[in-house]
Formats: sequence, C-alpha cells, structure tokens
Amino acid sequence: MREFDYRRADDVPGAVALLGADPDARYLGGGTNLVDLMKTGVERPARLVDVRRLPLDRIEPTDDGGLRIGATVTNSDLAAHPEVRRRYPALAQAVLAGASGQLRNMATVGGNLLQRTRCGYFADVSRPCNKRVPGSGCPAVTGEHRNHAVLGASEHCVAVHPSDMGVALTAFDAVVSYETADGPGQLPLDGLYLPVGDTPHRETALPAGALVTGVTLPPAPVAARSRYRKVRERASYAFAIGSVAAALDVSNGIVCEARLAFGAVASRPWRARAAERVLTGAPADEEYFAAAADAELAAARPLPDNGYKVTLMRNLVVAVLSELAEEAAR
Amino acid sequence: MAPSTSSTVTLDINGEKHTLTVDHRTTLLDVLRERLDLTGTKKGCDQGQCGACTVLVDGRRTVSCLHLAVAAEEREITTVEGVAGGGRLHPVQQAFLDLDGFQCGYCTPGQICSALAVIEEHAAGWPSAVTDDIRPEAGPPPLTPEEIRERMSGNLCRCGAYPSIVEAVARAAAQARTGTEEAAV
Repeated sequence: MREFDYRRADDVPGAVALLGADPDARYLGGGTNLVDLMKTGVERPARLVDVRRLPLDRIEPTDDGGLRIGATVTNSDLAAHPEVRRRYPALAQAVLAGASGQLRNMATVGGNLLQRTRCGYFADVSRPCNKRVPGSGCPAVTGEHRNHAVLGASEHCVAVHPSDMGVALTAFDAVVSYETADGPGQLPLDGLYLPVGDTPHRETALPAGALVTGVTLPPAPVAARSRYRKVRERASYAFAIGSVAAALDVSNGIVCEARLAFGAVASRPWRARAAERVLTGAPADEEYFAAAADAELAAARPLPDNGYKVTLMRNLVVAVLSELAEEAAR
Repeated sequence: MAPSTSSTVTLDINGEKHTLTVDHRTTLLDVLRERLDLTGTKKGCDQGQCGACTVLVDGRRTVSCLHLAVAAEEREITTVEGVAGGGRLHPVQQAFLDLDGFQCGYCTPGQICSALAVIEEHAAGWPSAVTDDIRPEAGPPPLTPEEIRERMSGNLCRCGAYPSIVEAVARAAAQARTGTEEAAV
C-alpha cells in the first residue's frame, strides 16, 4: 500500500477544505470498500480525509413528510430506523440484504452510493480495465461476465453497480446533497451516475472534491407498500446477481402508482421507468406485470454468459409485484 | 500542517489506554496482534470477508482488518480478551465451550465477538434480512435458527461447525433474556 497522509475533519467545510482540489486525496467513510481497494492497489491515495465523525449521522423527518438521511448514517442505523421501516420498508430490506452485520455497522450511506464495482477485472491490477486505466480495454466483454450488466452498458465496460441500498433509494426518487468549496449542491440519485459510454472511469456527476452530505427521500405514500427482493448465489452475504425494489398502490384492481428499480443489471441502480409507465392504470395482474417487465427489458443487450439475467429479472418483477398486489387486496 | 505518513494515537482497548505511533497504513487488526500482543483476534482473509478479525468498536461489531488504526482513536475497543469478567467466562464463551461451537477454533474469537453483538442487536429490535415483518410495530422476531444463521453470516467457519455455533448463540441469547427478566423482577 502506498503511504498516505491522514486528516480527520471536524465539520463539513473543514473536510472539503482538507481535500481541496487534490486528485490524489480521498474521503474516508466506513472504509469497507476504500481500505480494501487500497490493499489491492486499485486505489492509491496520497491523503485520506476521515469524514466518519462528521455530524451527518442523523435521520430526520422533513417538513413535507419525507426523510433526510445524513451521509455518515451507518447502514445498520438506517435499516433499524423505525420511520424507514414504516414508510420505506424496501429501503430497510435492501440495506439488510447487503453485506454482513459487521460491514453494515461500519459502512455509511454516502460511501454506499460511491462504492466501486466488484468486477473481478477492476479489482485485479494485473489486468486491463477501462474503469481503472482508461483506454486499456475491457476483458469482461469476452471473458468472465456472468454477473455483469445487461442494461445501459457499452463495449468499453459492462461492470455493475453493487449497491442494494441505492436500488431502493432510486425507486423512491432520492436526492443526493453535497458540499463543495463553492457551496452546496443537489443531484437526483437517478442523475448521480453518468452513462457508461466510452468513459467508464467517470462514474458520477459530482463536481471534483465534492463531499456527499446526505440523501433526502421525498414523501412517497406508495412506498409504504414496498419490497426489496435480491437473488444471489448463496443465501446470505453475497452481492446480487439481480434485484428488484418495487412499490405498488392498487385501487379496485387497478394500479394507481408503481415504483420499480433494478439492481445488479447496470452500472447504476436502474430505475425502470418504461415498466412503470406500463403499470400505471393497468390491471394489477400477472399479465400486465410481465408486460411491464418486458417493456423495460426490451433494451437489454446480454452477453453470451449473462442472458439468464433477462429471464431472472422478468420473473423477479412478476413475483414481487404479484406479492404486493396480493397484499394490497387483503 | 505538513503531510505525515504516521501518527501517535491513543487506543482504548479492553478498558486500557495504549499510546503508540502507527504508520497510517496499519489496520486495527495488525496493531492488536503485532504491536499489543493481543493475538486472540485472528487474521483470516484480511479483506473483510471472513469475520475472523471481528472486534467491538463502541459496542458495535466491526471487522478490524478494514479499520485503520489511526481512525480508531477515542473509540472503545473490545477484543475477545476483554469479553470475560470477574474470573468467569462470558455466557457466550461458556455456550461455545459447552456446545462445541468450533472445531479448530481459529474463527471462534470472531464468532464470539459477533455473537455478543447479535444478541444485543436483536434485543434492541433490529430486524434482519430474513425477518418477515420489519415494521417496528411487529416487534423483534423470535431468534430462530434461521435468524441466527442470517445474523451470523459475516463469520465463516471453514470447519463447518455451524450447527453447534447456532445452538451456542441461541442458548446464550436465551440466557441473556432470562437474566434481563430476573433483573427486572
């Protein structure tokens, strides 16, 4: 590991000032991803600015009935919070479906959104990777890509974003707040991640040196009936090979409002707006749930070894929406 | 302040303060084992995947291999060496012994630290990924074997002693509940 300077920030402006415009500096949150990447040499910062103790560890109701979640709230505290469990249950379920109890205690909301892909080529500094070394190539396209992207990828990168939390946050229209030396800013989570194109090394629309300070969930009554379902290669403590966050409001058998987002199929949490359009106003039954999934997955471009994800996601959407519709009918 | 690659920190470990200079690259795990001779905490994968290095930081279970020592300043750290008290094993330790919750024992310190936290997390009402109804009104789910397996999934046991680990955690949790009830009476 490269030697590095370490500074602990006391407040948000102090943290932003400590990082400055140094491209070799990184904010340190829980460290569950960054420290690991430093050990393997994927990340080689010259300075860490520890932001874990910043006073951003609160979850508070907003005036309009939403929730504001601080960037240093741990995954554990987010998932255990009564209002999250009551009003946005799919978010609590998504967080609980990720990592282990130890890692959830360490990991933070800000870090979760900015964590890096777990693509094996990205993690292996002896291999080419366009995300790690721009222009070096993407061995995954012709190599190991069983768990890689089927939506929104390019020939330059087929890596997926590993977050579970982000999938639920995307479904609920979360807005990310950040601070820079020039003042604060906001981005909808759906706009935080840049399209892959031919620049997979450019991952977010955050200005250079920006510190994520929190995430705001707007009020979403539909979210009270929501669910997160994750498919993985073992029963616990593994990244998704496909996941769905869904919320459904049904009245007299007709879908009034639907929210749908996919995980582990793209370089970002994937908001399934085409599916939502099919669902809105449609009868709440399997035929329409399948049609909604198909509408979204029509854009899928699977590689030779990950075509199963298209079927998997279709089945997941139908299963989760059917469960929610059944619950609504009770 | 000029850049520096090391710092002098005071770490609070099992109630004792240790002041030492650490290279910033040093993990809490390596400080415990290599500098302070607290070798109860084990290094397995060193990548946050196996849980052998689990310790409690401010009461919360944490993988010490991904925790930089310099960032652990002013935290209360409890390792397996600090779990027993008053000349008696902690009920979790006793349950692992009585029920053979291990074979080779390498993962055991991490399992024990993790189990201590699982029991507290459950008592605090935290749901898990296998909890059917996570609404706060539903209250904590019964600590079934399925719940214990899910909550302990961050601790791997290469020997596969899982069935008796689950039994040990269940017994210790039941004892903790009885103790609380007795204390309340």
